Amino acid sequence: MNKVLLSGNEAIARGTFEAGALVACAYPGTPSTEILENMTRYKEIDSSWAPNEKVALEVGIGACYGGARALVVMKHVGVNVAADPLFTLTYTGVRGGLVLVTADDPELHSSQNEQDNRNFAKFAKMPMFEPSDSQEALDFTKLGFEVSEQFDTPVFLRSTTRISHSKSVVTMGERPDHIPTPSLERNPAKLVMLPGNARKRHYDVEERILKLEEWGCNQSFNRVEKGKGEVGVITSGVSYQYVKEVLPDADVLKLGMVYPLPKQLIRDFAANYTTLYVVEELDPFIEEQVQAMGITVIGKEKIPICGELTPGRLAKGLFGIALPDESSTHHLPPRPPNMCPGCPHRGVFMELNRAKAFVTGDIGCYTLGFMPPLSAMDTCVCMGASIGNATGISKVLSEEEQRKVVAVIGDSTFLHTGINGLMDMVYNNSTATVIILDNRITAMTGRQENPTSGYTLDNNPSFRVDMEQLCRAVGVEHIRIIDPYNIALTRKTLREEMARPEVSVIITTRPCILVPRDNLDRRPSLYVDHDACTGCKACLRLGCPAITWDETTKKSNIDKIICVGCKVCQQTCGFNAFKEVEA
Amino acid sequence: MNTTNILIAGVGGQGILLASEVLSEVCLMAGLDVKKNEIHGMSQRGGSVVSHVRYGEKVYSSIIPEGEVDILFSFELMETCRYLPLLRSKGRVVVNDWKIAPPSVALGKQIYPENLIETIEQQFPLTTVVDGLTLALETGNAKTVNTVLLGALSNILDFDHDMWLAALKKMVPEKLVDINLKAFAAGRGTNS
Ligand SMILES: Cc1ncc(C[n+]2csc(CCOP(=O)(O)OP(=O)(O)O)c2C)c(N)n1
Ligand code: SF4
Ligand code: SF4
Repeated sequence: MNKVLLSGNEAIARGTFEAGALVACAYPGTPSTEILENMTRYKEIDSSWAPNEKVALEVGIGACYGGARALVVMKHVGVNVAADPLFTLTYTGVRGGLVLVTADDPELHSSQNEQDNRNFAKFAKMPMFEPSDSQEALDFTKLGFEVSEQFDTPVFLRSTTRISHSKSVVTMGERPDHIPTPSLERNPAKLVMLPGNARKRHYDVEERILKLEEWGCNQSFNRVEKGKGEVGVITSGVSYQYVKEVLPDADVLKLGMVYPLPKQLIRDFAANYTTLYVVEELDPFIEEQVQAMGITVIGKEKIPICGELTPGRLAKGLFGIALPDESSTHHLPPRPPNMCPGCPHRGVFMELNRAKAFVTGDIGCYTLGFMPPLSAMDTCVCMGASIGNATGISKVLSEEEQRKVVAVIGDSTFLHTGINGLMDMVYNNSTATVIILDNRITAMTGRQENPTSGYTLDNNPSFRVDMEQLCRAVGVEHIRIIDPYNIALTRKTLREEMARPEVSVIITTRPCILVPRDNLDRRPSLYVDHDACTGCKACLRLGCPAITWDETTKKSNIDKIICVGCKVCQQTCGFNAFKEVEA
Repeated sequence: MNTTNILIAGVGGQGILLASEVLSEVCLMAGLDVKKNEIHGMSQRGGSVVSHVRYGEKVYSSIIPEGEVDILFSFELMETCRYLPLLRSKGRVVVNDWKIAPPSVALGKQIYPENLIETIEQQFPLTTVVDGLTLALETGNAKTVNTVLLGALSNILDFDHDMWLAALKKMVPEKLVDINLKAFAAGRGTNS
């Protein structure tokens, strides 16, 4: 048998391949990103990055209407962006199977909220599978495509960070020999959702969910594991693993499909126990539905609703077993993430801080500009929000305060949902300064290509969006293009544009330092000349990880292993202490 | 066979993920059930990173239950201390004697705590201290610290030497295999 170690994300990619899918589309987002990155090894599948999740889903829908199986992938908040097509896709149903992966992030390891997307399954009225390990991630992906076609519905596959990023042992299968050839097929009553058609389809949606509920009662993915028969537990997903650790003797109803719930199966199971737990992360999603069936269960009264579960947290919730005392570590200096040495964003934030700007922020590596010593971000809501937020806050401020408002947004985020905000800003005669940090990559999530990078997911050259022309096209008159490594220019430009009572856009042009094809001009590292250094600490305001303060000599030092020679620090020093190593 | 729990700790960029890949591969080769788990994302920008590796006959949770870490395998001195409370009382520590200043220390706002090795050894007598960077530099490349440390770890685990070598050959890019094998040998020699 072909046993390998796969992460949940690798397994989902493999499952998509084994299901004979022809199209995969996504917008990156932790913890989902590696699914499409792994898909590139399967040349039979047309895999691509879309500019945002809504487009990704629409592309997937088109492929499935053409008769192909299609996978669409996003992180949990991405489903908010894609919700519009999703809620009507459930009405049209599919032709080829469509599986939508939602990768949730309990504990907010790298997200702005920890919404529980199982609620989307109920809200959009579509089935949802939830794997507990990588083998199930592979199996349920394949199953999802089958169920999608069998019941004529899109299917959710819900992963969480601990499923996507855990590796476990998987037995792989093969891709089918025969895959149906896609073709055009008109079916307006099903695919044109005007009120007259959609009204009828709604009945089909309701009927389908009832059928799925009944069907799910006899499927092996919803199974009972016998223990000692005293305590019953209903659980699913990663929580199942914690139940097996903490309640090894319990009888467990493990749900592979979390929506719709197999009601009869649950009734039969529940009838055996006086003590019945529902163990689930985040919302009482299963618990509330089981309770609505008139069954008494113990759930969120003992198990935390916030954060992810762990074996220890579950044991604490159920039995009051204390977690290890970590107070001895509280005095240790924290180690938060930081922008890389030489990051093109860093100098811009130092200058925003100096200019005392009120920064409506956005999501990307530059969100780290919030951290000290840069400390130059005042809001961060969701992707694309910076520009609309700047418009809104400017509306209610005095003219003097308006000048302080600066929206900061990355290239990927700008194309994702920022451009609409800019259109609004110009159209409605607002004033604010917008900085587009164009590092030509979607860096935060691990450097994915996007329409400003000029490359596609499989690294083929493609058209590169012209940011300046794009801004001009929506009516921005004042556009400044700057090299963010030039601190004097950055400062001057920022001052001038903040003073301007009109919309202006500043575009920075340095690529992310970690993109190999762009940083060919990586330069030798600098060093601090201790004779020149007066110990004034001006350079420390940059927060470059390569610069450290030495408490004994009272001078700065540069770690030459990680310094990339961007020379931004040199421009912060009034004493010419940052020197280039002589060639 | 009970499950063995190894927690790998360190700082983003130190090669922790490769080390945990190699270790997991060795477990798979030994015919064991294995799960590993780590958080990608924010933590990679120089933040603190942990990876959980669990192996045995049957492993459920990929997160090590709190307080059940058998071996804390740490790439950075202060990060070791952050995770000591998760160890079993008779747990072991393999620690790289390397200090990386976190931002507040680099900015001169806090000082890097002192006498950490003593603190660790006092609590956990079964501690192995490795000078990974020196050994890595001796074998030619600072970037192989992670493999040096794996060599040191291999001394206290029950896997055949050959499996380690096979896993390294499989997981490391081809042109770096030789230097990594040397680094592994250097680490393995430290306390044999
Ligand atoms: C709706 C949504 N989709 C995806 C993400 C994940 N995500 C966070 S930041 C980011 C993109 C960052 O790229 P960019 O704006 O170019 O900034 P950079 O990181 O390159 O500085 C993504 C995809 C998210 N937070 N929300
Ligand atoms: S990955 Fe690129 S954009 Fe992100 S912090 Fe590093 S240099 Fe900056
Ligand atoms: S040149 Fe200065 S700012 Fe740039 S990476 Fe090196 S130390 Fe950091």
